[in-house]
Amino acid sequence: MEQVARLVFLGRLEDQAGTAELAVPIGPLEDILAGLNRELAVILLDERVRLALNGRLVPQTGAIVLGAGDELAFLPPVSGG
Amino acid sequence: MIVDVRLLTAPFDPAAELGAFTAQVPSAGGVVSFLGKVRGDDGVQALEIRHYEPMTLPGFVALAQTAAERWRLEGVLLLHRVGEMGPDAPIVLVAAASRHRRDAFAATDFVMDHLKGESWLWKRERTAQGWRWIEPRDVDHSDRARWR
Repeated sequence: MEQVARLVFLGRLEDQAGTAELAVPIGPLEDILAGLNRELAVILLDERVRLALNGRLVPQTGAIVLGAGDELAFLPPVSGG
Repeated sequence: MIVDVRLLTAPFDPAAELGAFTAQVPSAGGVVSFLGKVRGDDGVQALEIRHYEPMTLPGFVALAQTAAERWRLEGVLLLHRVGEMGPDAPIVLVAAASRHRRDAFAATDFVMDHLKGESWLWKRERTAQGWRWIEPRDVDHSDRARWR
């Protein structure tokens, strides 16, 4: 099995990241973010951006470790239905 | 009890959908509906709504079920477009059917207030100046606070 996880960027984050999804090596989120473009990492760490691991919201402050096949979504503030 | 919740990627016909919903709730004494559409007069050439598959529809289903538990309803309809839409296009259709009208009015209002700002949707609009992401509005928050 391929040892990668996936980051998903929603809303304006997709435009800022230049892609909707990014395959990343598995491991602690902080290591993954350290491997990204610094400007993008700062945007993703904005306190208004919420995180969902495999479709469920998770606290941004918790230590997140991504395993093979995990999908971590970055959800910016929503703009209404 | 009918709960019909769908995320639509193509244009829909609100009148036909409302007719079909109404036909499924013969025990209702009234059906209240709200249709949200793209404004046609303020320079917006297109509206795009993006969603997140694993969370957007499950959130809608949970909202419809909350409304169904809170009021005495015979049915709830919640249809929401995603993708790119032109001026005047229908975006959202919410309807509630009940034996007596007040339940249907309140449930429809409740669902709309919670769709705005609590659903996993991101909107941007295109004007002559190009695309612009729409930020949350404070009024969306105060609208929801009415129900606490």
